[in-house]
Amino acid sequence: MPAIVSVKNLTKRYDSGTHALKDVSLDIEDGEILALLGPNGAGKTTLISCICGIASATSGTVTVDGHDNVRDYRAARRLIGLVPQEINLEPFETVMNTVRFSRGLFGKAPDDAHLERVLRQLSLWDKKDSQVRALSGGMKRRVLIAKALSHEPKVLFLDEPTAGVDVGLRKEMWDTVSDLQKHGVTIILTTHYIEEAEAMADRIGVISGGEIKLVRDKAGLMRELGRKRFVIELGEAVDMLPAALKDYRLERAAGGCELVYTYDTQGDGTGIRRLLNDLSAAGITARDVRTEQSSLEDIFVDLVDGEGRS
Amino acid sequence: MNLTAIWAIYRFEMARALRTVTQTVVSPVLSTSLYFVVFGAAIGSRIQEVEGVSYGAFIVPGLIMLSVITQSISNASFGIYFPKFIGSIYELLSAPASFLEITAGYVLAAATKSLTIGVIILITAFFFVDLRIQHPVWMVVFLVLTCLSFSLFGFIVGIWATNFEQLQLVPLLLVQPLIFLGGTFYSISMLPGVWEQVSLFNPVVYLVSGFRWSFYGMADVALGWSLLAIFGFTGLCVAIIGLIFRTGWRIRD
Ligand SMILES: Nc1ncnc2c1ncn2[C@@H]1O[C@H](COP(=O)(O)OP(=O)(O)OP(=O)(O)O)[C@@H](O)[C@H]1O
Ligand SMILES: [Mg+2]
Repeated sequence: MPAIVSVKNLTKRYDSGTHALKDVSLDIEDGEILALLGPNGAGKTTLISCICGIASATSGTVTVDGHDNVRDYRAARRLIGLVPQEINLEPFETVMNTVRFSRGLFGKAPDDAHLERVLRQLSLWDKKDSQVRALSGGMKRRVLIAKALSHEPKVLFLDEPTAGVDVGLRKEMWDTVSDLQKHGVTIILTTHYIEEAEAMADRIGVISGGEIKLVRDKAGLMRELGRKRFVIELGEAVDMLPAALKDYRLERAAGGCELVYTYDTQGDGTGIRRLLNDLSAAGITARDVRTEQSSLEDIFVDLVDGEGRS
Repeated sequence: MNLTAIWAIYRFEMARALRTVTQTVVSPVLSTSLYFVVFGAAIGSRIQEVEGVSYGAFIVPGLIMLSVITQSISNASFGIYFPKFIGSIYELLSAPASFLEITAGYVLAAATKSLTIGVIILITAFFFVDLRIQHPVWMVVFLVLTCLSFSLFGFIVGIWATNFEQLQLVPLLLVQPLIFLGGTFYSISMLPGVWEQVSLFNPVVYLVSGFRWSFYGMADVALGWSLLAIFGFTGLCVAIIGLIFRTGWRIRD
């Protein structure tokens, strides 16, 4: 699939001296949902800000559907909808006027029918004449989403869209997002909830310390996660494994007190029974056994560990 | 040119003014009426005439200038400072609109508001004094240009300000004194020699003088200087705004 947003060697150093992005390159494919995971201060918001024109990059380029986001900013920005992390709304205006304003700002002719569809989809229609300040936090976040959708973007950035949104609405929002994808909208979202990334994304990116640590398609990642580890605690530590057990590719852990066998849950036959038989045949006694399954969270923590959260 | 964006900003800002119509309209009318009572009646009973014009009528152009300049600055500076303060400026920065268009939206809205107030004060003045307008076209030119240029100036103040105190600082410490010392309530020829010379460094003198000329045909300085001053000031503000937007100063991280 062709890239709709292409980020090349993007570096961002704030005036304060913070090196928030370090040589980030990333291609976002047309029509996909990409989830960006990363700890606080990783640079997720900064990356989005540089793409959308809120912060200017120190070096590097961004193109949106082939348009450079600095030289050809009009064409680039017209395609982008942005839902920021913070709730930044004019408090005294009504919901409808706020959304109308956004559409106009992006140069689109008035279309109240479209705005009605958007507000209904986000369960905001009955609040259309309320002042923004009279809404609850979760409703305000949905107003931000409505503003971004008001001008029919091709690419939608959602910076922690479900923070402060209750569980029922969170599921609804996931549905809204996949519905948008069906209509051809490319979606980039950041989140701290791994389940959210699992539920929605086609690809998952992990960013930490201003660097992209990994971008993988979710299916492949999940296949990897489908592997289970079978851990055998031994009566006494072994230094060397008998040659008869070579085929199992066992790993020694905990100073030889444990043996770890990795197998694929999707494969036919785990081979555990045979392994246990072969172990006792080799004179190794198991004191206890347990199974472990790594999750996205483990991978995430592995990647991010030692980076130091800021 | 994204005219739709200019219009969207303009409408949004005008809606803000309509929501607070009492503040926007009633308070300037009230304070101007007070000026008429205090200056026109109290002082006017001592200074009967200035160059053949009754004192009450003489101060009308200055009073209008005073309100229009203060209103332009406060409207435009607040207009752009507020989105900066609450963070909704993100949308302006990510929109397919040039800085020129964004400025146009805010400045036109601010200028419309202060122009409206200027006109309301003018109408109010007819109830208090005997007004003549000798050069109505020039009167409109001066009024509109003053609204526009000080709205541009206010826009710069709003971008520059990083807190609410600073937002008040420039109007209070710089503009207010310049207006009061700018021949608003007197002709600078009434000042002792050296102060008359000093006053010539005050740009507001040229605006008030030109504006008063359009009413009564009398001026402290030649009309040409007044026109030069107003166009020069407008040009300077446009240039500064251009520079701010090119560099993203105080707007874009
Ligand atoms: N306007 C700014 N000026 C200076 N430094 C900033 C600015 N915005 C962010 N930073 C710094 O840049 C780094 C990256 O911040 P960023 O907001 O991009 O993180 P994030 O991944 O979005 O975090 P979170 O999950 O908390 O939203 C942080 O160290 C932060 O302190
Ligand atoms: Mg963030």
